[in-house]
Amino acid sequence: MYVSYNWLNQYVDLGGISPEKLAEKITKSGIEIEGIEYFGEKVTDVVVGHVLSCEQHPNADKLSLCQVDVGTETLQIVCGAPNVAEGQKVAVAKPGAVLPGGFKIKKVKLRGVESNGMICSLQELGVKEKFVPQEFVDGIYIFQDDVEIGQDVTPLLNLNDAVLELDVLANRADALSMLGVAYEVAAILDKPVDLPTETTNSNESEDAKDYISVEVEANDLNKYYSAFIIKDVVIKPSPLWMQNYLLAAGIRPINNVVDITNYVLLEYGQPLHAFDYDKFASDKVLVRRANDGEGIVTLDGQTRKLSNDDLVITNGLVPTALAGVMGGLDSEVTDETSTILLEAAYFDGTTVRRTVKKTGLRSESSTRFEKGVDPERVKRAGLRACYLLEKYAEGKVLQGVSEYDDLDYSEKTVVIETNHVNNRLGSSISDDEIAAILSRLQFSFEQDGSEFTIHVPTRRQDISIFEDMLEEIARIYGYDHLPFTLPEGTGQVGALTEYQQLKRKIRAYLQGVGLMENRTYSLISEHDVNKLISPEIREQNPVPIALAKPMSEDHKYLRLSILPGLVRSLTYNLARNHADVAYYETGAVYISKEEKITKQPQENLRVAGAVTGNWVDHKWQGEVKPVDFYVVKGIVEGLFEQLKLTVKFEQAKLEDMHPGRTAVIKLEDQVVGFLGQLHPILAKEADLKETYVFDINLDSALEAYENEPSYVEIPKYPAISRDIAFILDKSTSAGDVKNLIESVGAPLVQSVEIFDLYEGEHLETGKKSIAYHLVYQDPEKTLKDEEVEASYQEIVKAVESQFNGYVRS
Amino acid sequence: MKEQLEALQQEALAKINDVNEMKNLQDIRVAYLGKKGSITKVLKGMGKLSPEERPVIGEVANNVRNAITEAVEEKAAELEEIALNKQLEEETIDVTLPGRKVNVGGPHLLTSIVEEIEDLFIGMGYEVKEGPEVETDYYNFEALNLPKDHPARDMQDSFYITNELLLRTHTSPVQARTMEAYKGQKPFKMICPGKVYRRDSDDATHSHQFTQIEGLLVDKNVRMSDLKGTLDKFAKHMFGEDREIRLRPSFFPFTEPSVEMDISCKVCNGEGCSICKGTGWIEILGGGMVHPKVLEMGGYDPKVYSGFAFGMGPERIAMLKYGVSDIRSFYTNDIRFLKQYHHA
Ligand SMILES: [Zn+2]
Repeated sequence: MYVSYNWLNQYVDLGGISPEKLAEKITKSGIEIEGIEYFGEKVTDVVVGHVLSCEQHPNADKLSLCQVDVGTETLQIVCGAPNVAEGQKVAVAKPGAVLPGGFKIKKVKLRGVESNGMICSLQELGVKEKFVPQEFVDGIYIFQDDVEIGQDVTPLLNLNDAVLELDVLANRADALSMLGVAYEVAAILDKPVDLPTETTNSNESEDAKDYISVEVEANDLNKYYSAFIIKDVVIKPSPLWMQNYLLAAGIRPINNVVDITNYVLLEYGQPLHAFDYDKFASDKVLVRRANDGEGIVTLDGQTRKLSNDDLVITNGLVPTALAGVMGGLDSEVTDETSTILLEAAYFDGTTVRRTVKKTGLRSESSTRFEKGVDPERVKRAGLRACYLLEKYAEGKVLQGVSEYDDLDYSEKTVVIETNHVNNRLGSSISDDEIAAILSRLQFSFEQDGSEFTIHVPTRRQDISIFEDMLEEIARIYGYDHLPFTLPEGTGQVGALTEYQQLKRKIRAYLQGVGLMENRTYSLISEHDVNKLISPEIREQNPVPIALAKPMSEDHKYLRLSILPGLVRSLTYNLARNHADVAYYETGAVYISKEEKITKQPQENLRVAGAVTGNWVDHKWQGEVKPVDFYVVKGIVEGLFEQLKLTVKFEQAKLEDMHPGRTAVIKLEDQVVGFLGQLHPILAKEADLKETYVFDINLDSALEAYENEPSYVEIPKYPAISRDIAFILDKSTSAGDVKNLIESVGAPLVQSVEIFDLYEGEHLETGKKSIAYHLVYQDPEKTLKDEEVEASYQEIVKAVESQFNGYVRS
Repeated sequence: MKEQLEALQQEALAKINDVNEMKNLQDIRVAYLGKKGSITKVLKGMGKLSPEERPVIGEVANNVRNAITEAVEEKAAELEEIALNKQLEEETIDVTLPGRKVNVGGPHLLTSIVEEIEDLFIGMGYEVKEGPEVETDYYNFEALNLPKDHPARDMQDSFYITNELLLRTHTSPVQARTMEAYKGQKPFKMICPGKVYRRDSDDATHSHQFTQIEGLLVDKNVRMSDLKGTLDKFAKHMFGEDREIRLRPSFFPFTEPSVEMDISCKVCNGEGCSICKGTGWIEILGGGMVHPKVLEMGGYDPKVYSGFAFGMGPERIAMLKYGVSDIRSFYTNDIRFLKQYHHA
């Protein structure tokens, strides 16, 4: 809501407070002022002049030579504006005047002709283009005929006005009107409010009821409707001051009738609508729901298809307006209009909101109905418009009004008690202070000691309970005056849960081993959403969850994997010549199996990583190694070690992954993720070199974690170690053999470590040699060589029979 | 014989003095003191001496032997030291060459800020709660006093999936869920950090995905001044002891009274500058006293319990605290951005 300082000053004596100071006070009391814009700049020696004659400049095609009466003298002025003409009243900067930007007006010669001043455009007078009426944007400003010659233009053109931009939040519909803002400012400054005139002087014998009757069929959606009749109006421009105030509020002046309805809309917060009575072509207003499929051509020339949800004003036959949203083209006020049917009504906000959503026709009117207008001001707004039409459109206001009235004018009552207020606020406000605050707000009340029974004016529809009143008192009292205290309450101990601690631990671990944390978007593209999904999710056949109305194709689906986002991060950096990047992210993926989603999806917390480029980069030492499978596997192994969990890795072929360099991760035979090399095709598509990724189901991992640190005694008896190398088929996996050694060697074998891998020379083709380091130990006694030897032989036999492997000699 | 021995000693000591290699030193030791050494040879003639002379010569011989041994040891130590110094000299490296680079990772700036705020409130006895990002209309709106068709719903244009499911527009649903879980019985204080989503086009100051941290305290006799005191602690912890806070009335459907909190502008110290748009104040967060309807829907009797709530955006805090100028930089994951702030 844009509020003109000068206009506001008509209702509340602002006492000359600066716009900045006023803005600060309003902001601190609850309505944020988002900005202050000056209408123009104060100028001196610029007056109204009358162009007595206007001829072509003798030496220049595009210049005019004018004789201009400025009251005290007649000045010869050379003017370059295309729209200057004899008989006009214009703004003249006399010699000596200083225009905005320090531009000084002097007597000069232009193309050999003396010019003693300047005829100004509004922009030259410092008026911001948004406040300049359309017809004067490209030329000088032309006053209406009735202005006095020689008059200072500053007040005339409202040049010294400041416009405050109020950020009115949903609850303060009352502040969408000048009167509402006046009550607010009056409370802040502790001043009275001067109300505008609403009584007409006319004593027409005819009665509006003779011209129009009102019937409301949809009486659930329209609680009040009044129709006024104004005859013999003269359509012309509205007075300059009104145009200026409308411009300040961001509304373009059109003609006196339209401007008056807009002016009252801004003044009272009550939308009005003027119909051309003759074109309305009926003596009856019927307000009803639209019939399904019914149409109306609105003022903007568009044909609107209506449905039973829409409320329409009809002439008994066809719709003539979309209630509260926009009038119909057929009954529009034009230059030929002479009798006006003026509507002041109270329409249901929800209905207006629905129609606006459907048609996209949001306007100053609909916004106010949506947020709720003041019941007490509906009819008064109609009367106020009648007063103005009489005064500025020479209209004859018929007596009486046709109306339908089922409106609730009752004031809500809220009872508050001083102690209760102070207990809630932590303040020590006295009874007298509360009484003073209520008076400043102009709320009527009865006081019984420290108990107040408050009658909330209907303009404040937002106040209905104790807490609402509490805010009113607190904000007028001043939030600044409340003390600083800390809650006394419970002795609740704050701590992270084990789950939260583990999440932090995992992140700290990954950062410790060199991965940088990422934040990527949960919403991804159709292209990405089916990529790099972990097999345990893939096998559930998840249906990607799409937004009903996405903002863009890039952010349309909820992710099923973190990896596509991480891959994009890598690509982004590679494109900027950062080739060595190691990233991870923790976050949810969203799993739903429903073809048409009805339930909240499973939000599965995962941790994923992506590494590309060099992992070891010690250049001058000549030790430079790109990341490989085993780098990432080492990171994953370490992660599970942090959680004291044993996992297995199994060779796997997965979509989007290198078929020979990918493994699934299994915890107790359940797949909990995967790792490996990004498929070269996918990497190429993302402009990446060899890239390795991992993705782990953190929920499963954290669930399996058991934090029971049981003490294990350090063995007292010596350990014996044995190294053993097997010749195996190349296709035999080292891990499988290791598993076998562990199970056959149990319980004496404490650990098995692979320490050598050899392929090539001196071996049969298709064979490889893998060497294992075994540690034997018995916690109860010293091991005998024979026991170790027996176990060793058993292992050799088992490897031979299961993997066709034999000991390398 | 005594003269003979003393002459040998003189001769040996002179040779030891001249030696400069360990091997030669050992040769000298053997030449005099070894089984076939000159001293030993001389001493073989001891048998010919009279019983009176023997102990005298014996003592002389011992002295000579000791003197030579001592001189050899001394010389050996000297040579060892020389050798060591030489070796160390040879081992000298160029310490200005770069070290072996260690891979260092780090947290995202938003995580650092979220954890800092979590730790502050944990220190004041708060729990940390989490909740789903895909929410029901009920928890995201209705349970927070935002019935369908409420005009305030325009304030947060939402990403709907179906009519009933949407991406949460704030972390407040976690508050509603927590109240419900405590069945209106238990006083509590909690904060809930998490991702939230709004139907915004991404630009320098808007992001369709961002982070929020909300706090909620429900107890008997909670006062608005308690909210003011708590927020003051928070602001001073995050932005410095010299910051002042200002509460302004505002509107949120789930709180009444509602507040907006500003902190005094650090750049201009409240004088007014371009950062604070000339006001001297910078908006940080919103909050207020929990609306009685919200308490009631959460199962708490508003006649017995009251509470306060607040919500803030870590992106905004990061932008103010570290001068990040484009909100999108939190989500593009430029390595230069991440490294710059990973120690923050
Ligand atoms: Zn500043």
